[in-house]
Amino acid sequence: MHDSRDSITIALAGNPNSGKTTLFNQMTGHRQHVGNYPGVTVEKKDGFCRHKGSAIHVVDLPGAYSLTARSPEELAARNFLFDEPPDVIVDILDASNIERNLYLYTQLLELNIPLVIALNMSDMAKSRGIEFDLKKLSQLIGAPIIPTVAHKGRGVDELLDAVVSTAKQEGEYKPAPINLGRDIEKEIEKIQKLIVAENTLPAKYNPRWASIKLLENDPEIWGIVSSPDLRTAVNQSVARIEQVFGDHPEIVIADQRYGVISGACQEAIRLTVEARHTYSDKIDEVLTNRILGVPIFLLLMYVVFQFTFTFGAYPVTWLENGFLLLGNFLRSLAPNQADNILFSLIVDGIIGGVGGVVVFVPNIFLLFLAIAILEDSGYMARAAFNMDRFMHKIGLHGKSFIPMLIGFGCSVPAIMATRTLENRRDRFTTMLVIPLMSCGARLPIYTLIIPAFFPLAWQAPLLWIIYLIGVLLAIGGARLLRATLLKGDNDPFIMELPPYRLPTWKGISIHVFERTWMYLKKAGTIILAISVVIWALMYFPVKEEFDRDYEAESAQAEALFLDGLKHIHSIVDMEVSFEQFRDELEDHGGKSEIHHDESMQAFQEILHDIRNARDSFNQTIQQENIQEKSLDFVHMERMLDSTLMEIERRSPLLYSAAIQYLDELKKPFEEKRREIERSKHAEKLSYSMAGRIGRGMEPALKPLGFDWRIGTALLGAFAAKEVFVAQLGIVFSLGESEEHSDALRAQLRREYTPLTAFCIMLFCLIAMPCMATIAATRLESGSWKWALLQLVGLTAFGYGVTFIVFQTGRLFGLGI
Amino acid sequence: MMANHPESILQEEIIPLSLVETGRSVRLAFINGGRELRSRLADMGLVPGMELRVIRNTGGPFIIAVKNSRLALGRGMAQKILVR
Ligand SMILES: Nc1nc2c(ncn2[C@@H]2O[C@H](COP(=O)(O)OP(=O)(O)OP(=O)(O)O)[C@@H](O)[C@H]2O)c(=O)[nH]1
Ligand SMILES: [Mg+2]
Repeated sequence: MHDSRDSITIALAGNPNSGKTTLFNQMTGHRQHVGNYPGVTVEKKDGFCRHKGSAIHVVDLPGAYSLTARSPEELAARNFLFDEPPDVIVDILDASNIERNLYLYTQLLELNIPLVIALNMSDMAKSRGIEFDLKKLSQLIGAPIIPTVAHKGRGVDELLDAVVSTAKQEGEYKPAPINLGRDIEKEIEKIQKLIVAENTLPAKYNPRWASIKLLENDPEIWGIVSSPDLRTAVNQSVARIEQVFGDHPEIVIADQRYGVISGACQEAIRLTVEARHTYSDKIDEVLTNRILGVPIFLLLMYVVFQFTFTFGAYPVTWLENGFLLLGNFLRSLAPNQADNILFSLIVDGIIGGVGGVVVFVPNIFLLFLAIAILEDSGYMARAAFNMDRFMHKIGLHGKSFIPMLIGFGCSVPAIMATRTLENRRDRFTTMLVIPLMSCGARLPIYTLIIPAFFPLAWQAPLLWIIYLIGVLLAIGGARLLRATLLKGDNDPFIMELPPYRLPTWKGISIHVFERTWMYLKKAGTIILAISVVIWALMYFPVKEEFDRDYEAESAQAEALFLDGLKHIHSIVDMEVSFEQFRDELEDHGGKSEIHHDESMQAFQEILHDIRNARDSFNQTIQQENIQEKSLDFVHMERMLDSTLMEIERRSPLLYSAAIQYLDELKKPFEEKRREIERSKHAEKLSYSMAGRIGRGMEPALKPLGFDWRIGTALLGAFAAKEVFVAQLGIVFSLGESEEHSDALRAQLRREYTPLTAFCIMLFCLIAMPCMATIAATRLESGSWKWALLQLVGLTAFGYGVTFIVFQTGRLFGLGI
Repeated sequence: MMANHPESILQEEIIPLSLVETGRSVRLAFINGGRELRSRLADMGLVPGMELRVIRNTGGPFIIAVKNSRLALGRGMAQKILVR
């Protein structure tokens, strides 16, 4: 079957949380973000689909309770309907809450656009014992009604059938707006006539609708009325209505609409069992309990972080090992090319930078997963509810809490989500403090630093504390803003609590993959670019002349080492020549192979066994987190001693030579070599552009405990927070043969104190929101003023806090 | 709907919603607030005459049932809503 029309445009409208986006995803195969709380979609989204030969352009609108555009998202929905009127509006009703949902429908009826109703969530309505007489209801309200279950895809085909056939009977559509009662209809008619006669309003607004909006005191429409006659006429009508009904027209009209709906519902809907919301109410008795609510919320947050951290640890290690192998593989392709520029770009710049960010994908994934589950189950709205009392004290209300929670994922969507707040002061305050909610991109910074400086038992609590500090500072900041720049009365709190739902796999996976993908995309694009730029800043200009003669120092160390080796060779008294002895030890690293010489083989084995015994001792101590001098520690030490004694008994001579070789020769030599490597690297770096910039900042950073290397990394963090980690990786690895986070952690441990480490996290938490955040604030607040205030304010604030913490810590000798 | 409920016949005086106990059903009489607030509430179903059921009133925020939806209100809000 072919359709003559090129394409049909349909708009999905409906109350918040009625399933518009879920339906949109079903129709178009798109992966839009859904969530079980009002206001998930904050701007319209486009998609396409084909149905039986017709091309359909689908627009997903933000949810609205009415067409009285109060919040920017409601205004967006309304403007779209007038500026680009669709061929058909699909009004999505939540069947389990149909009366309230039909209210928007009564307003949509007045737009003069053909309507089709999707009676969504019909599964829930059924399970709650609500029965519909669809034919009758359809007759009463005047539009085709198709029952759907959006998340299962049920009814979508039938809905599209209805859409296509409604679109085709264009011209025949007769809107039948509901009757608002004689007195009001009379006034509407008067105003309507005047509008038609004067013809001064934009044609896109149909006269009846404009008349009603004027009576309802809609500021948008009042704003475009230029004719004084019309103003007077409306004012007279309003006065008459108020006189008759004793209330404002908008209340009377709303009342009338609800009355009509209620009548229709009474005729066409039957409630067979009284089971509405019961399970939800039961759950709420616990989760929003006055005493338990907040502790449960905090506990849940704690579990989320524990989950992110512990479960994420394994895949993170696998990824790290993967990148390590890749780096080593590339290195093995060009063994003597450590100074080759292209090589440095690929291994240090790209693998080091991008890899450093990619390895944290498992953590990000788990965090998003946890947030998705909380969102889709309906808990988020309860979190807002629980926090209301508390948020009230800081001059915000519970609703601001949802954008703030989204801020744990990423500040950008969080700032966009502030659109759901009707009050401008609330909106700006929330927007400005959102960057203090520690976002997912900052997680890699903590996951790098915390294990480097703090024992295992502290790691999860410390992470939680960092997040908590962010939350507390956000609260303080909000309070401050509400007392100064954004002074004003509190908006009263009212919010719909959606029923609890079991999250669907599809919903969760869309949500999690979309956000994780965004993170990866960022790693592949912005972060890749930044890594290259920063690598270049760190590579150029190349230093040719060094302050110290590293070549000579290396040679000297080498000579010293060889002397020592000769000595050991003479002690062990072997048949093999010194050259052979040296090659065996150094080239094979002590690994046993088939040797013709028995004593050489015995020596190798002893070396190998000693190393093994020590390694396993250290590993156990670390893994089990055994404190020095504890009983377990002493016990472990004894075991080690007895193992070593066992080895010694095999050949005391070879044993003492082996110990000498390991402890007095090999270890100092390697340390010396590393020290030379590092100093040379540091000299190169501090000569480079990045080093110069970093050192330029050093005087300012010193009071915070930071050196110029941290300064260069902070530079990257401003571009995107996760670059900080990549950046540190590059700072510490350029010219060295290590890429592994553990190696980086070891380096950090050598260079900084736990106090500095904590200050780094603190500074990254508070100061310098990333560029994307600033851009989002600029967009949402509509001016650079607020965006710059956010940038400068938070940076100054972060500087102050970190300064105090570092100086106090130093004074009391904490963590140094 | 409530006519056969003896208490509701007697109880004709108007009280703020915040004083209604958990589990009771009442009818909205009037909202003591600005024009904007009242129209916003009307959009959410809170028009005079609407039946409200108090799901929770145990200090802190307030939960009511309006038709088939659950609304959470702040305390201050519950004081502004007068019911009978
Ligand atoms: N049981 C049931 N759940 C559904 C159905 N349709 C959607 N949902 C769930 O309802 C929740 C809200 O769906 P969304 O598609 O995000 O709602 P929305 O209308 O786009 O919401 P806003 O963007 O906030 O206006 C999600 O958790 C969906 O999985 C349905 O037919 N039955
Ligand atoms: Mg949506």
